[in-house]
Amino acid sequence: MVISTMKEDDVAEGCCARGASNERELVLATGTASNPNGDQQSEPDSMLGALQAAMFNWVADWGGVAVDCVAAVGDLTLFAWRTLVWTFGKLPKRETLLPSFYQVGVMSLPVVALTGTFIGMVLAVQSYYQFRELGLETRLGAVINMSLVRELGPVLAATMLAGRVGSAMAAELGTMRVTEQIDALTSMGANPIHFLVVPRVLAMLLLIPALTVMADFMGFVGGYFYSVIIIGIDKHFYLYNSQVFVGSWDIFCGLFKSVFFGGVIALVSCHQGFYCTAGAEGVGKAATAAFVYSFVMILVIDLILNIGLDRVYMSLWPDSIQSIGGG
Amino acid sequence: MHARLETDDAQSIIEVNDLKVQFEGQTVLRDIGLSVPRGQTLAVIGESGCGKTVLLKSLIGLIRPSKGEVLFDGRDINKLKEREMTRQRIRFGFVFQNAALFDSMTIGQNISFPLKQHTDKPLSEIRDIVFQHLKEVGLPESIVWKKPAELSGGMRKRVGLARALVLKPDVVLYDEPTTGLDPIMSDVINELILRTRSKYPVTSIVVTHDMRTAQKVADRLVMMYPAVRLKEDEPQILYDGRPEEVEDSRDQRVTQFVRGEAGQRIEEMGAYIGS
Repeated sequence: MVISTMKEDDVAEGCCARGASNERELVLATGTASNPNGDQQSEPDSMLGALQAAMFNWVADWGGVAVDCVAAVGDLTLFAWRTLVWTFGKLPKRETLLPSFYQVGVMSLPVVALTGTFIGMVLAVQSYYQFRELGLETRLGAVINMSLVRELGPVLAATMLAGRVGSAMAAELGTMRVTEQIDALTSMGANPIHFLVVPRVLAMLLLIPALTVMADFMGFVGGYFYSVIIIGIDKHFYLYNSQVFVGSWDIFCGLFKSVFFGGVIALVSCHQGFYCTAGAEGVGKAATAAFVYSFVMILVIDLILNIGLDRVYMSLWPDSIQSIGGG
Repeated sequence: MHARLETDDAQSIIEVNDLKVQFEGQTVLRDIGLSVPRGQTLAVIGESGCGKTVLLKSLIGLIRPSKGEVLFDGRDINKLKEREMTRQRIRFGFVFQNAALFDSMTIGQNISFPLKQHTDKPLSEIRDIVFQHLKEVGLPESIVWKKPAELSGGMRKRVGLARALVLKPDVVLYDEPTTGLDPIMSDVINELILRTRSKYPVTSIVVTHDMRTAQKVADRLVMMYPAVRLKEDEPQILYDGRPEEVEDSRDQRVTQFVRGEAGQRIEEMGAYIGS
């Protein structure tokens, strides 16, 4: 029932009525309705009744959350599917693509570079003393750059973009929804998904790897600056270790993951904006939800992809782990 | 069935049958039946929240009905394929309540948007059409470089009208065209609605709660009433007839609206306040 309501809304592109919350209220109402029955009976029975009511409420609460989750995932999947169909169906015009590319790529460059630089330096600060205890401070290059390229560069660049670009997308599309601009687009025979969502998703998908490279590079510069210039680790060994340990597979992993992060940020944020509820509050909620959901999705996808990529690595180079252990 | 469709086609451009729209279980429109002949200017009046805008948006498929059908030129608009729906939609011009101009674009880009989307006209021709439409709504050419935020409400509304007319639509839908404007600007808009109609062979549907607009521009007046205030068997359309005869309606709810009297609502308000 929930799914069918959702589909209708989705197709209608009109109002953002959600079936799920109603469903939940209904379940909650039936849960609390059993309460008075329990109170009217004798004491042990009323205890039992209260306990029963509490149980019902608990089940209803979690049931409601589960229903909401399923509805939200279904909703997002349909949205993503429609975006995909439009992306491959007809590429938007250059003049609609360029502003999105500019917003996502050029405008995010400074903030991503800054993030990268600081991660690099912080990693150096954090790991230096521990590695010095072991007499392995020249290995710092390997540690810093490996963590950067594989994990922190892509994830923190994506987080930064979710905050900077994702919330802006949700707020922009949300305002367009609230001020009927999305309806105006539709009424003029322009598909809003094609016109508003596809350029943003494409910009994110194509530019996030470039921005991740930027974060990685600036992280490398930051790490090098702190380790070599401030702490004074030998430049040759620092660079040599970086080169030996960080392979092209690691760089590939980071960039590969970043594409997924980019896609998810754009889709989640556009979806939040697209089905924004009325008023300033609705827009605010959409912007917040866009960041929070994007971030959660980034973490979940990161875990899943890391597991997957490790499997691939093992099957491609089964001897590699032993060789590192041996060397 | 087919013969019936053809006669519909000849007489009425829009036909609404048994329309029902619900949001989150709340019924906004029910049992709406309406037939709009080609070339007519229909004013839909009613208090805020009675579903006028929802009706207007249902006509071009922006809101899908829970039940019933909307026939445009004899074809159910909600059953059309995406491409065909787009083709039919651009035969409508929609003037939104707050103009709904794209605020990331300049006025020039806003007005030329439908042309760029649906025609292959060269830029010079598009520019001429934009200037011509600006002139028709009484705005200077110099505003094409401005952003919507830099214009006053009345100017934005006129730009919205220019944008709606740029593809020479068969039907123009006005959503509260004079709401939020001063009396003089309201009359300018009324005059523009009349002028549009004398200049182009359009069918117009004007949703408004401004009686002055309704009386001035319409050939036919329809009054709607909020579904929640009605009994089960009462129709949602309280009046359907000539604008000059609306004052003589025997329904008290109609005359109260036309004269702008609160009537029993005052008592309801008293009940809320507890006095």
